[in-house]
Amino acid sequence: MVFWRKKKDESVSSGEDKSAASKVANERSASTAAGDPLAQQTLPGETKIASSHSEKDIKPETDQAESATPEDGGSWFKKLRSALHKTNQILQTDIRDLWKSEGRLVDDDFLRELFVILVRTDMGQPTATRIRDRIGREFRGRKVTKEEVLESARSEILASMQNRSVELQFATSGPTVILVVGVNGAGKTTSIAKLAYRLRKEGRTVILGAGDTFRAAAVEQLKIWSQRIGCEIVSGEMGSDPGSVAFKAVQRAREENFDVCIIDTAGRLQTQVNLMQQLEKIRKIAAKQIDGAPHEVLLVLDATAGQNAISQARGFSDVAGCTGIILAKLDGSAKGGVVVPIMTEFSLPVKLVGLGEKLPDMAPFDPEAFTRALLSFDN
Amino acid sequence: MFDSLSENLQSAFKSIRGKGKLTEANMRDGLKLVETSLLEADVSISVVEQFMGRVTEAALGKRVLLSLKPSEELIRIVYDQLVAILGPVDNTIPLQRGQVKTIMLCGLQGAGKTTTCGKLAQLIKESKFKPYLIAADLQRPAAIEQLHVLGRQLGVGVFSKEGASDPVAVCQEGIAAAKAAGADVVILDTAGRLAIDEELMGQLKSIDRSVKPDQVLLVVDGMTGQDAVNSAGAFNAALELDGVIMTKLDGDARGGALLSVKAVTQVPIKFLGTGEHLDALEPFRPEGMASRILQMGDILEVAREAHRLVDEDERKAMEERMKKGQFGLTEFRDMMQKLRKPGLMQKMMGLMPGMGEMSKALQSADSDKEMRRIAGIIDSMTPTERDNPKIIDNQRRMRIAAGCGATAPMVNELLKQFDQIAGFMKMMSSGGAREKMAALQQMQGMMSNNPMNPMQGMSLKQSTGKRLTPKERERLQKERDKAVRKAKRKN
Repeated sequence: MVFWRKKKDESVSSGEDKSAASKVANERSASTAAGDPLAQQTLPGETKIASSHSEKDIKPETDQAESATPEDGGSWFKKLRSALHKTNQILQTDIRDLWKSEGRLVDDDFLRELFVILVRTDMGQPTATRIRDRIGREFRGRKVTKEEVLESARSEILASMQNRSVELQFATSGPTVILVVGVNGAGKTTSIAKLAYRLRKEGRTVILGAGDTFRAAAVEQLKIWSQRIGCEIVSGEMGSDPGSVAFKAVQRAREENFDVCIIDTAGRLQTQVNLMQQLEKIRKIAAKQIDGAPHEVLLVLDATAGQNAISQARGFSDVAGCTGIILAKLDGSAKGGVVVPIMTEFSLPVKLVGLGEKLPDMAPFDPEAFTRALLSFDN
Repeated sequence: MFDSLSENLQSAFKSIRGKGKLTEANMRDGLKLVETSLLEADVSISVVEQFMGRVTEAALGKRVLLSLKPSEELIRIVYDQLVAILGPVDNTIPLQRGQVKTIMLCGLQGAGKTTTCGKLAQLIKESKFKPYLIAADLQRPAAIEQLHVLGRQLGVGVFSKEGASDPVAVCQEGIAAAKAAGADVVILDTAGRLAIDEELMGQLKSIDRSVKPDQVLLVVDGMTGQDAVNSAGAFNAALELDGVIMTKLDGDARGGALLSVKAVTQVPIKFLGTGEHLDALEPFRPEGMASRILQMGDILEVAREAHRLVDEDERKAMEERMKKGQFGLTEFRDMMQKLRKPGLMQKMMGLMPGMGEMSKALQSADSDKEMRRIAGIIDSMTPTERDNPKIIDNQRRMRIAAGCGATAPMVNELLKQFDQIAGFMKMMSSGGAREKMAALQQMQGMMSNNPMNPMQGMSLKQSTGKRLTPKERERLQKERDKAVRKAKRKN
């Protein structure tokens, strides 16, 4: 739609661009009018914090707050696409550049160019090779249109993602325990805040366990978020045992009958055996109190991460028994293609994606939209 | 999962062993493998293509020395080219007495800017200058608090302003405060941002313009993938970067993004972050990084790490001995005892080619305990035995084992490991690039024979991540200080 044409012909697209923009604007004002009680509610602790933001900082917050409400079905794709539009400006080449006019001969040069584009998405050399070879087999020596090739690549990727359910699993009765794990700086704490915000909006009661007792001020960070969201938080001293925080959080969730208990953990590299064992311990602590807990173990992956994410998925799955992925920071110029081999190899579904720094910037994962965005395919 | 490059290359070149020159035809498969390996290491594909061009050019027509296999020759060329691209080295940070220098850190969210601020401050403190931190990250909740905690840990001043909204103003006020506090170097911790966010990049530019930092350093996550070219390119376009710091290299990420960043920005790479502790910031060395990207071990890194802890005289003596190939069990034990620092041991072990095995054993065990045991075994040997472990026969072995409460197989295990290291040390210290390559090659062969090693030979530097409570940290700091004072008194 919009950004396909924009690149080819600035002048032709501008009209449509504007109409699209005004449509978005309308949607935004509509959702503002409808009101978002949670987002607008000023909490006691918030005034102080909000005042530390400049006006500039606050503006995008409201923007994003409106454009990414979960009710708005395709909104995350829109957002993702606008992010990718910027990406394309930076990348300069994208898949469209392979076709100058109608159709192109599938030869070695073509396959090489396709390979380069595929690798750029971070899907990794083996996956890219597989897709390239398949397209080579199917179309070699033929003149093809972009739709044909992209459709083929897309279906290959979609098939490997297995299209499995991406819904969060909740306990049939009693509190649901969600454990969130990941490497340092992947975006765990922010993702937890966004997840808690989502769940609160769905009308669930949420309690957070501030299990990152290692990194300086991680507990404070989650506390600030919990004040903004308006949910309970259990925390311990810095340097205390994360297991005890998890214990207290789950205990309170059980006794006071919260719907969901989300436990934060400190960032750790998958190679740090001792720290990985700690995760196992936290799992056991949760399981002892509530049958079947943790119901979800979500691995937070940074969309900018490269092939090391595969090692992360393996390491964390082995020890913590991950049940799903939160793909964070997908609003940047990285496409997060590394989840393709991860989903194939570990059958670990992406459940949620992070699309910004603000509370509403999280959406359920949509494999089709993701695949389209991955290959800049527009319909 | 991935076999190491050199092993793959060896099989690719099996057919042309010792056959004259490298030609395009006989290199094709080998080059393909190099390319795959670089892509797996997350080097950006456009950079890989340029790089492969350079390698082909450098390799074409090269005679394969009789003593060298074609695969070795090609690896050597790839390695040399990598080193050449990653260099030149410039680890300097602006330090000048009587002047307040400014360093600004920028990067994507979660790259590790705030932690790196702390590490830089520690490094500056170690060189007897007075650092000062400014919390200009007004975006992330509790980022300011995080910097304050680091400041308290380091005993370094931190400037922040409650409720401030303009990072430019914060930086200016902070620098004034730093001057008043008599600081030598000011480090600005800016908020993480997306490279494509024009508004925030504009903000960064205005900080740059108004503060005019002496150095602007880009902090890059070692696990970054193909996107590294885009983000580094955008930061480079917006700011005049003076250097790059790559973080989170204590895991198994191969850090190929560094090559992409270097190719895009052309600025020197300054430091590597290799751990969670505040002293885990290493000066960048292209050789080490090239080995890592190609999945080869790096012995020099070990030596460097050791230098930080061993004082100058001891170091010289040790270097001398290593050069002469006199790396005895005494030295081995001394080195170990110097390094009784949490996490460091495994890191060093992992770094040392040939020690991968041991490092694995250590990972599952309590490293401190294991180290005490090794020291115990060595302690219960006679000086003659330590200098010349070859004389240890069954009787001696039994005696040593009884003397330290170990078993004879444990003594054997230690001796076997030591033998490998000593041999390796000798080769590494005996000069020439070719010997070094041969040593690495041998190491790889040795380790890849071991089916237990999942990395097929090369374990990259890793730590098991022992995390200390503030109390323990304090105690260790006291112990270190005490040791330093003691050493001073001796002089």
